Amino acid sequence: MGKVGIIGVGQSAFVRGYPGSIKELAFEGFRDAMLDAQITTKDIDASVICSAPEYDKQRSPAGVLAEYFGLTPQPTFYVETLCSSSSTGVKLAYSLIKSGLHDVVAVVGFQKMSEISSAESQERMGRGADIQWESPFGTMMPAYYAMYARRHMSKYGTTSEDLALIRVKAATYGQINEKAVYRKPVTLDMFSDPESAMSGPVASPLRVGDCCANADGSSCIIVANEEKAKAFSKKPVWILGVGAASTTVNLVGRSLFSGLTVGMEAGKQAYEMAGVSPKDIDVAEVHDCFTIAEMMAYENLGFAKPGEGRDLIRGKETYKEGSIPVNVDGGLLSKGHPIGATGGSQIRTIVLQLRGEAGDMQVKDPEIGLVHNIGGVGLYGNVTILGR
Amino acid sequence: MAKKEIDTRFNKFGTVSFTSTTKVNDFIDRLEQGKVSGTRCKKCGMTFFPPRADCYQCFSSDMEWFDVAGTGKLVTYSKLEYAPVGFDGDLPYAIALLDFGDFKVFGRLDSNLSDDEIQVGMEMKTAVNKLPNGQLNYVFQKA
Repeated sequence: MGKVGIIGVGQSAFVRGYPGSIKELAFEGFRDAMLDAQITTKDIDASVICSAPEYDKQRSPAGVLAEYFGLTPQPTFYVETLCSSSSTGVKLAYSLIKSGLHDVVAVVGFQKMSEISSAESQERMGRGADIQWESPFGTMMPAYYAMYARRHMSKYGTTSEDLALIRVKAATYGQINEKAVYRKPVTLDMFSDPESAMSGPVASPLRVGDCCANADGSSCIIVANEEKAKAFSKKPVWILGVGAASTTVNLVGRSLFSGLTVGMEAGKQAYEMAGVSPKDIDVAEVHDCFTIAEMMAYENLGFAKPGEGRDLIRGKETYKEGSIPVNVDGGLLSKGHPIGATGGSQIRTIVLQLRGEAGDMQVKDPEIGLVHNIGGVGLYGNVTILGR
Repeated sequence: MAKKEIDTRFNKFGTVSFTSTTKVNDFIDRLEQGKVSGTRCKKCGMTFFPPRADCYQCFSSDMEWFDVAGTGKLVTYSKLEYAPVGFDGDLPYAIALLDFGDFKVFGRLDSNLSDDEIQVGMEMKTAVNKLPNGQLNYVFQKA
């Protein structure tokens, strides 16, 4: 079998309170990718639809979205791994193509989080944990990641200011990303200013500024076999490596609390498959649902040694001009995190970077890019390595 | 014919329980007796906390209860100032993880602990706690 390439990428603007249905929201990302690929619905052999459950009321969204996209009678599948659903969708598309079953597959991720309140959203996310033994204590995503932050701080001396620096970087790029939900600048001073929303307590040691922005959004990645990719696209981006891993849901089954084993394991698989190492990565998108998550990603992906992630952010090495640019599209922190759309949006960013089409966010001449997308509290790990 | 009664004791676990029926419902009776308990596989000896009805190592379902005793080290914790729906009445509260060596226990810190008393690595013990709404959970106290 030949290579597998990406021939079209798209996403909607990430917004609060999208004024339309999930079908209309998902169509925005789909149309953007189809116009990018310059193909028709007849060229698509199958679709993979990705979201996390219980935000909207639609059961089995694959069918209704395929209908709205005009992708019937082709097969359609629904894939879910919480916040990494659409990275998992791209891995499935890769497998469908690699097996020879299909030639061109559209992967669409979406989430309309604004259908429910923020507190309801926290309750649902808390139930992405062990509902029998953990959720009855009142768990939620920020608190789980805060437990990792506390352990990282206690083990390595990482500070709240180190974490805040990650948010300041995210906001630097969120301001110039026209698809980002949070377009305002964030300064370090805001974290110590009681008048600023950024300093508000959420779950110690994490503050409002350490948490990503909920948003409504959609994304679409069109994946094709080598022959079709070369026929349809002048600049196909190739999938060089894919890795995926899981761990126990309940924290009691884990032994590491200063890093995410699923990120390490998925990264190892993807590096091996691509035949590259961390130093070969020119630009990366990592899962910064919380500032601590980006810090751990630096270390889990081998950009820094364990405990030394802070040196990267203190030295601005993960800025656009640095040695390993990370999340120069604003990341989940500022671009926003519409759960099921996030992985596809991250992949889109790296594809645009590798094509040299990232505009003001463009990193200088990258050849190899990496996408790190985590589902749940370090429950599902997905790493995708892309190259020109 | 009388309706078969469904054992929903687990509804009593935590501020809001999301599970009503489980084969380890006796956990609730043991909480009521002041005991926080896990299960041990009688066939291969594997120890589980939280308790399980089935052993994934040897596939046996022949389990016995054991009580969490002694002290565990505080691995990490977080104090919540914002809560999911259904838990705002408990604010502020802290969730935490204790390491007992053979197993770990996830739960809440005792609300009587002041912030400066809490240190990662400190020894703590578990205690059954009755919540204001009549529900039951367990908390971690200074050893």
